[in-house]
Amino acid sequence: MYKIVKKRELNPTVTLMEIEAPFVARKAEPGQFIILRVDEEGERIPLTVADFDREKGTVTIIFQIVGGTTQRLNHLQEGESIADFVGPLGEPSHTDGLKKVAVIGGGVGCAIAYPVAKKLHQQGAAVHSVVGFRNKDLVILEEEFKNVSDLCKIMTDDGSYGTKGLVTDALKALIEEGNSYDEVIAIGPVVMMKFVSLLTKQYNIKTVVSMNPIMIDGTGMCGCCRLTVAGKTKFACVDGPDFDGHEVDYDEILKRASTYKEFEQREREEACNLFKKEVK
Amino acid sequence: MPNMSLKKHEMPSQAPDVRNKNFEEVALGYSAETAMEEAQRCLNCKNKPCIGGCPVKIHIPDFIAKVAAGEFEQAYQIIQQTSSLPAVCGRVCPQETQCESKCVRGIKGEPVAIGRLERFVADWHNANSCDLPVKAAPNGHKVAVVGSGPAGLTCAGDLAKRGYDVTVFEALHLAGGVLVYGIPEFRLPKKIVRKEIENLSALGVKVETNMVIGRVLSIDELMGEYGFEAVFIGSGAGLPRFMNIPGEN
Repeated sequence: MYKIVKKRELNPTVTLMEIEAPFVARKAEPGQFIILRVDEEGERIPLTVADFDREKGTVTIIFQIVGGTTQRLNHLQEGESIADFVGPLGEPSHTDGLKKVAVIGGGVGCAIAYPVAKKLHQQGAAVHSVVGFRNKDLVILEEEFKNVSDLCKIMTDDGSYGTKGLVTDALKALIEEGNSYDEVIAIGPVVMMKFVSLLTKQYNIKTVVSMNPIMIDGTGMCGCCRLTVAGKTKFACVDGPDFDGHEVDYDEILKRASTYKEFEQREREEACNLFKKEVK
Repeated sequence: MPNMSLKKHEMPSQAPDVRNKNFEEVALGYSAETAMEEAQRCLNCKNKPCIGGCPVKIHIPDFIAKVAAGEFEQAYQIIQQTSSLPAVCGRVCPQETQCESKCVRGIKGEPVAIGRLERFVADWHNANSCDLPVKAAPNGHKVAVVGSGPAGLTCAGDLAKRGYDVTVFEALHLAGGVLVYGIPEFRLPKKIVRKEIENLSALGVKVETNMVIGRVLSIDELMGEYGFEAVFIGSGAGLPRFMNIPGEN
């Protein structure tokens, strides 16, 4: 059993949890992920490592309440435990040698983008972060991003906070202003990553995206997380989760991701009313 | 006088119209009477070719003789000397290409139903015997087994019987490997696998789940700071292959 030592609501649908998992904390690196099961009957879900503390032996995860499992997870309180927590899995993000980087985060994807931005900042790189949300209420990790960025732009779809517009608008403006980046790291909804990649391709800037398709074992066995990169089948769990943004077949991923939409919807409706939270 | 019937005793099984509406095991197993009758088909021949067909060299005619005599627990003890997973092997071993393919009764008619008898003995033991296996005296050596599938469990069982301090590391949340996620319930019920793993635990085997060796701990760490003197890697052949059909992704 893995104990929840801290729980914080970042916004009405996004929760942060710090979990006691010394083995995972010892080896975790930004960009890697874990797989957890809430209880003995639970499904396995992958979540990216948002932060870790090697000394305390804890790993921080940030999740959006979207389906039955995340509802059940969100229902647990500090001091309670989850059944399984395995990792670190996947390849860490490659940050070696990067001097100036634009980190783009979208929605709950910011939870994954933040540790990468932090690592880049710690190794002395100039970090320009652009984080986008639907509206003011959904903004997460603002302080954290500001602390590790040389420049931080917050975008909202409806203009209720920061600048109105999409992350691609801000990124485009930064590039047009003459910023030249060694790399753009984009983490967020697939559609966002697709359009960031299309934009950076015009300027020929290397772009890395983090994929999180459906996953079961997370060790390269089941093949559920497969995607096409540069015409070849890759597994997000062992080959990724980071991939070259210009080579990923996004449309295929969008199609695959919709496979269980109906099921998730039903699962959400069937879950106990106590768990229910409106997903805006 | 041996039973000279040319045919094996039929395996009782769920009727097609019943089994197509549930996920329970299809084959139901021999009754004690059927097992004893089937056991009498063994000629206890001199050459014992069946043993040569068995990868773990179970003393097949000896255990079958005990079944024929109705001494089922003794039969189990004989199997258990060389096999760590009799209830599993009795169900999923390809006996038709192994022990049974060598049986002299198969030259004319069907071979002795060795697999069904093995299954019967293991099930009888699990249902009727509360004797825990006797733990071997510890020999002070620590061994790590990576992977809790059939290879890892067998290795762990054999080592534990010789007094080694064995820890099995499993990447998933449940021990059993392909026995639990690969073989379907109607062929090998999960509770049978669980029982076999409990039998190993009783021998002193420790199982650590959620441990992806290579990620969480390396072999060097296992053999260094954790003090394991040997590591058995039974990680399985888990990499999928695709057919490269357009649109499969």
